[in-house]
Amino acid sequence: MQQDHCVIIGGSHAAAQLVSSLRLNKWEGKITIVSADAFLPYHRPPLSKSYLSGEKILDEIMIRPPTFYERSDIEVILGTRVTAVDRANKKVHLDNQTDIPYTKLVFTTGAKVRKITIPGHNLPGVFYLRDLNDVDHIREYLGHAKKAVIIGGGYIGLETAAALRSLDMDVTVLEALPRVLQRVTAPEVSAFYSRVHSEEGVKILTNAAVESIDGKYKVESVTTADGQVIPADLVVVGIGVIPDVELAEQAGLKVDNGLVVDEFARTNDHDILGAGDCTNHYNPIYDIQLRLESVQNATDQSRVAANTICGKLEPYRALPWFWSDQYDLKLQIAGLSQGFDQVVVRGSTETGRSFAAFYYKEGRLIAVDAINRPKEFMACKRALAEQKTANPEMVADESVDIQEAFQL
Amino acid sequence: MAQVTIIDPAGTSHEINVENGTSLMQAALDNGIDGIVAECGGACSCATCHCYIDAAWVGKVNEPSSIEKDMLECVIDPQDNSRLSCQVFVSDELDGLVVTLPQAQY
Ligand SMILES: Cc1cc2nc3c(=O)[nH]c(=O)nc-3n(C[C@H](O)[C@H](O)[C@H](O)COP(=O)(O)OP(=O)(O)OC[C@H]3O[C@@H](n4cnc5c(N)ncnc54)[C@H](O)[C@@H]3O)c2cc1C
Ligand code: FES
Repeated sequence: MQQDHCVIIGGSHAAAQLVSSLRLNKWEGKITIVSADAFLPYHRPPLSKSYLSGEKILDEIMIRPPTFYERSDIEVILGTRVTAVDRANKKVHLDNQTDIPYTKLVFTTGAKVRKITIPGHNLPGVFYLRDLNDVDHIREYLGHAKKAVIIGGGYIGLETAAALRSLDMDVTVLEALPRVLQRVTAPEVSAFYSRVHSEEGVKILTNAAVESIDGKYKVESVTTADGQVIPADLVVVGIGVIPDVELAEQAGLKVDNGLVVDEFARTNDHDILGAGDCTNHYNPIYDIQLRLESVQNATDQSRVAANTICGKLEPYRALPWFWSDQYDLKLQIAGLSQGFDQVVVRGSTETGRSFAAFYYKEGRLIAVDAINRPKEFMACKRALAEQKTANPEMVADESVDIQEAFQL
Repeated sequence: MAQVTIIDPAGTSHEINVENGTSLMQAALDNGIDGIVAECGGACSCATCHCYIDAAWVGKVNEPSSIEKDMLECVIDPQDNSRLSCQVFVSDELDGLVVTLPQAQY
């Protein structure tokens, strides 16, 4: 019989967890990761935080040390792309013109940045922020730069603003919508982040669509639709990501805002699985089909995929959660707040830097944004995973212990 | 460098050599030891790297921050010797340390 061979396309959070879980599950087949990245899997979250600010170096953000892959007998082919999947003959074709046969194939191709196409988008000094390489280039460029404009007021944009501010740069954030974090948080939370950023010296302009990036040989300024010209020698664009699923689509797999996988992380071809940012999957806690961009999803779904490959069918039903570190703010989010109709704040969003915003929908708790409130986050995360709710008045009342409010 | 013994949830002891400055979480993952999830990769955000420090060593490891203390109150089965293993860093003085991993991280 042919030896089992699991081939993994992409080498980031999902891939690293998958190979670890396969080996922990005592999977004995051959394992190969084909990764377009030049480095072994590293943590992406520090890229816009401690790695950008220079607090951490590459060695400190590796998901596993190089020895782990050797010892676990995992082949990693770096700097190489899979360019085609031949499902009929069960092999993948690489851009170095070799073929690798597989018995199980896993897509952990993640997401790629959404690009802007306005005039000037190609000028030197304009950067995106997804890979280690991107940040290394930004860091090399920092020597010449004093004024940064960040396009996009989402988590990555705001984290980048905070990191660059800590390097004493002049930082302006341009957000096209009426408030920062509009798509992901309540107005109270957006207002809180705007306040803290301005206290820290970052300028935030909302309703500020970018019309062009201008400069003769390199970036010199950014112009908004309403005619404001903001001087800049560095521009970082953080306007979201799109799932990297072209290869899957070409292979004839079902794609619909991501690679469609079932609760066992299988695609419509059961020898091909998917995990992480590239997948579109069902979440039973919220009863919706979704695509997530988080480390939690990459690791949890990869564990499910590894189990499936090892013949243990255990459905994916994890609670989504996320974090974001900016300045001295530790934001921890549990659950999905989309569709909320009520927000209850414990603490104050208007003064200080510590509160929790609980999101409700039709009277049921659905999510929390906890800022420097690890207890509220932990309690709410547990409650949500157990599909418990809590009385909004008790949750808002600081004299009631949070664990008590959730009856944990 | 210190020799550390990690007892996984199944009760198996793993004796590993850990470089100074490495966290217990990273050491466990690097050695393929089961029982630590470490979703946030050491950002002190997830509390899925909970461990118990052997009583004799509790006073010798670095102190927890207030954030870590708060998180520890809400893990499954917290004890006086609970720590988040991503926040405990190995040094020569910890040679011989024994750490036990809990049955469940969440
Ligand atoms: C700056 C930044 C900060 C973040 N901060 C947080 C945070 O604080 N908390 C959080 O939870 N999440 C955060 N995230 C999101 C998190 O990093 C992602 O959810 C996670 O990286 C997803 O992992 P993945 O393995 O699914 O995919 P990815 O990390 O996107 O990796 C996919 C890899 O596959 C490779 N690939 C694609 N196609 C091919 C091919 N054909 N052949 C070979 N290789 C291929 C890609 O080059 C890429 O390296 C952050 C992301 C960024 C960029
Ligand atoms: S790894 Fe997340 S808190 Fe330790």
